[in-house]
Amino acid sequence: MGMLKDLGRRQLLARAASGIATLSLGGCERLSTTPWFVNLLDSAEKVTQLTQHAATGQDALAREYSEADLSPIFKSNGTQYPSDAHYQALAETGFADWHLEVGGLVERPMQFSLAELRAFPSRTQITRHDCVEGWSCIGKWKGVPVTTVLDSVRPMPDARYVMFYCADPMEESWDGSDSRYYESIDVEGAYHPQTILAYEMNDQVLQMPYGAPLRLRDERQLGYKMAKYIMRIELVDSFATIRGGHGGYWEDQGYEWYAGI
Amino acid sequence: MADDHQIFRHRLWVRLTHGINVVCMTVLLMSGLQIFNAHPALYWGDRSRFDRRILSIGAAQDAQGRPMGVTSIGTREFDTTGLLGVSGDPVEGTIRAFPAWMTLPGAQWLSMGRRWHFFFAWIFVVNAATYGIMTIVSRHLWRDLLPSGSGLRQIGGSLWNHLRLRFPRGEEAKHYNVLQKLAYLVVLLALGPVMILAGLAMSPRLDASYPFLLDIFGGRQSARTVHFIVAFSLLGFTVIHITMVVLSGVWNNLRSMVTGWYDLGNKHGNA
Repeated sequence: MGMLKDLGRRQLLARAASGIATLSLGGCERLSTTPWFVNLLDSAEKVTQLTQHAATGQDALAREYSEADLSPIFKSNGTQYPSDAHYQALAETGFADWHLEVGGLVERPMQFSLAELRAFPSRTQITRHDCVEGWSCIGKWKGVPVTTVLDSVRPMPDARYVMFYCADPMEESWDGSDSRYYESIDVEGAYHPQTILAYEMNDQVLQMPYGAPLRLRDERQLGYKMAKYIMRIELVDSFATIRGGHGGYWEDQGYEWYAGI
Repeated sequence: MADDHQIFRHRLWVRLTHGINVVCMTVLLMSGLQIFNAHPALYWGDRSRFDRRILSIGAAQDAQGRPMGVTSIGTREFDTTGLLGVSGDPVEGTIRAFPAWMTLPGAQWLSMGRRWHFFFAWIFVVNAATYGIMTIVSRHLWRDLLPSGSGLRQIGGSLWNHLRLRFPRGEEAKHYNVLQKLAYLVVLLALGPVMILAGLAMSPRLDASYPFLLDIFGGRQSARTVHFIVAFSLLGFTVIHITMVVLSGVWNNLRSMVTGWYDLGNKHGNA
């Protein structure tokens, strides 16, 4: 009797175990498309952001490397040659007619030519670029600190985010919707000394695969935050109503806005 | 239930943290492989030297033009079709590093893999911290885990007993044996902490404030490689752990990790 009871219990346990295994594997797949669960997973991003900000100073500098550490081949991800006709026309004349527009919540909206940006005091840094895919490359960047540009346009007190609108369409669009790359960083990150608008890479004019004529460097976040082919900068108090509402092209596709890890 | 041949082996907090850890480790491994699949290659140092890969998993075409999985370790190449590089449908084959059944989610979906990974990384860390504090506060560490001098001298005998699949019964089974203690300590004091540190070293923000994270591993790409190797070391531990659980009395062991009660097997052969 005891044996039988035991056997029955064992079978029951075995069935329960295999049931749980099947349910949990199939369940995990379903959970990835279940809104409340994805929201729960998303909560980790905020926890990570708050913890990292609490554990790190605002102005700690990312490690800067030497010339000997430069990557012989710097991988170019995302857009390599923007298909946009207006952009192509600008590129043909070496971006002589290109202007960076800076507006939004600023006291003095301005436009800067490449020559004007180059006339500002520059910062040069050899830093590591960490892609969300997992690889790292080291490059040398020269550009104007975002701080310098912001000081010229004077952000209003309610400006919280700096939006970067880019030239490169990410998808074919049949309905005329805007698929051009865009990104955003918070104002705190924008004032970091290593956050620069780079126009030179490895002592050369910034080449097209790397974001010519101007790209962002934000050395404490992952690569996708560092918008290439920047056309316009806008200061905003919220990006909830901009495009997909998540603050960037990849963010609208499900990547974290806070890309500190 | 509590006959005199049964002992109360695992306290509630041990059982709870163990259960939560099982879920976390499973999700972290599977979502980690999903993340690895986004760039299935490992490097040493600060940067990725694309011409010097320690390990890479890719695909090529065989003589008949069918996709073939190729795993390279250093300069040596292995045909791993069916598991690594190319898996899934036996005729068509899906080109992906780790197969769908090993990753979370199953499809190639980096952003969702990251969301699973970082959410469960937090649960893992909170759970591990709870376990760590309780292990010290309750003296679990000294009472049950740290081997004594005489225990250490029994390593040879314990090893011989394990190889012959003879497991302690009765009085001896009241405590972890010395090999068991050492295996748990390696996981708790070495693999676990190294895993967490290597994960943190991949954060560019933390690297800026705590450059020692880069220095202890020799660079961010080294940290990523260490994170990968330790993941498989933990998987190896788990395989051995589960094997031992099965061989030394699967129902008895499972019951003790669910209810706490462990049968010493000195009354009848139930264990």
